[in-house]
Amino acid sequence: MSPTSEDNPSREPPVVRVIDLVKRFSGRAVLDGVNLEVLPGETMVVMGPSGCGKSTLLRHMIGSMWPDAGRVDLFGRDLGEMSEAELDQARKRFGILFQSGALFNSMTVGENVALPLREHTNLDSDTIDIIVRIKLELVGLREALDRMPAEISGGMKKRAGLARAIALDPEILFYDEPSAGLDPVTSAEIDHLIMDLSHKLGVTSVVVTHEMDSAFRIADRMAMLDCGRMLKVASRQEFEDIRDGQVGKSPASDLIRQFLRGESEGPITARRLSSGYAEDILSVGGGEPTRSESNDA
Amino acid sequence: MSGEQMRPNMAERVGAQALAGVRYCGGMTLLLGRSARWAFRGLFVPGVRFGREALAAQIIRIGMRSLGIVVLVQVFIGVILALQMTPPLAPWGQVDKIANIIGVAGFRMLGPIITAIVLSGFAGASIAAELGTMVVSEEIEALEATALNPIRFLVVPRVLATLVVTVLLSIVADIMIALGGYLAGLALGPEVHVGYWQRMREQLDYRDFFTGLFQAGVFGLLIGLIACYEGLKVKGGAEGVGRATTMTVVYSIVAIIVAACLFTVVFYIYEV
Repeated sequence: MSPTSEDNPSREPPVVRVIDLVKRFSGRAVLDGVNLEVLPGETMVVMGPSGCGKSTLLRHMIGSMWPDAGRVDLFGRDLGEMSEAELDQARKRFGILFQSGALFNSMTVGENVALPLREHTNLDSDTIDIIVRIKLELVGLREALDRMPAEISGGMKKRAGLARAIALDPEILFYDEPSAGLDPVTSAEIDHLIMDLSHKLGVTSVVVTHEMDSAFRIADRMAMLDCGRMLKVASRQEFEDIRDGQVGKSPASDLIRQFLRGESEGPITARRLSSGYAEDILSVGGGEPTRSESNDA
Repeated sequence: MSGEQMRPNMAERVGAQALAGVRYCGGMTLLLGRSARWAFRGLFVPGVRFGREALAAQIIRIGMRSLGIVVLVQVFIGVILALQMTPPLAPWGQVDKIANIIGVAGFRMLGPIITAIVLSGFAGASIAAELGTMVVSEEIEALEATALNPIRFLVVPRVLATLVVTVLLSIVADIMIALGGYLAGLALGPEVHVGYWQRMREQLDYRDFFTGLFQAGVFGLLIGLIACYEGLKVKGGAEGVGRATTMTVVYSIVAIIVAACLFTVVFYIYEV
């Protein structure tokens, strides 16, 4: 299940390495022994149903959540063993596009992009101004330089967030649901941007999404997360084969196929329906003992 | 697992409340410690930015917005004090002492405390709402991911700004309470307003003024810390932001009154 060195023909060390990651929220394991390796320059798409732990996994990779067990290595170093200063150094080497864009609402688009440059470099303001314009041009948003985040559309916010994420020329870009809440055309534009940045700047990309069209458009490799476990990590081609029904008759493949095809019937939905519905209904109105019996069913 | 067993009894509820209280105070103390550390590093460690522009922006934002209300409220407080003191003092022919009493009450306590309560509504609530909204819209996470520490970048300027503004506005407030008393005195008669400022000056010494300002500083610190703490721990969208603003005002006022009472006791015992 976990990616092995055979998946890595170039033998370059992975830039992101998640090892046996476990995370529990109030006793419930949201991530339950997850393994993942992201190789330099590739675009890795992590998919899975809502609530399966995708965003939690992403937050561990950027050092904003800490594992209960296991570890996350970034650029070959354990995030958990870094000091605050080392962590900040690592953070300057990657960029993140948040689901909502997460622009600072009190600043203009231009100031948002300029902020990391102003805070982390000693560049003079003219140089920063030029870099900001270049970054905004890269995402096609130069005309929005002086506008406030509240005045621009959702798609523009994401592009502006992307411009800010690439301000410091990061080596890795993380994307949290880049096409969520966007119309198909804007969503395709964002996908194009992701591929563009990956090819032009040679950055490694980690994309968390459940939009399948987008996933198949941008991925080099894909990872399928389900109920806190990594079901499969493989090339896009392999996932396409599973989707088209050419390979895989295992339960895991059936599950992946349902997800990739977006079908309403299959192992994912069957699992949801199997909890004791009748007992739930009967327990309303004081019949509480039946609840414990429903577990045997 | 029946409903009866799930419901906590009185002792458990009190225990849970006490635990929550201790946890809250612990969180506030941590926030204070970290803010102090970042403020110190910003001032003295080369390479760490202090953010003077951010501090100035916050002082202007909080101070300017609250100035008018502070002036208005404090003048009225002065008027009320003067009018309410007249009936008990008049039979003894002591209405001229209104200036002395307003001086002590205003400079020592009423100026700082009422300014702080006005600011907990103005500055505290707006800081909590602002930071809470930033949490909800992932802005805090984005800051951290950009290697910008939210304590240094957001909390330090806001806490320092509320501290500075509370002290500055308290000075304004002291003068306004005195002025309110004088205005009421104009209506009450010459025995109140003739020699009003002279008597107030004779009554007050620098200790009255500085104990008042010291307390104002502590109140401002409390408001800033509570507002930032409430704002940063917002969970659950817009509803959480609303709750944070309400709790900021409630906790700030409670903290201010408790602190004021403690100060008064200490100052009384040590005759400061």
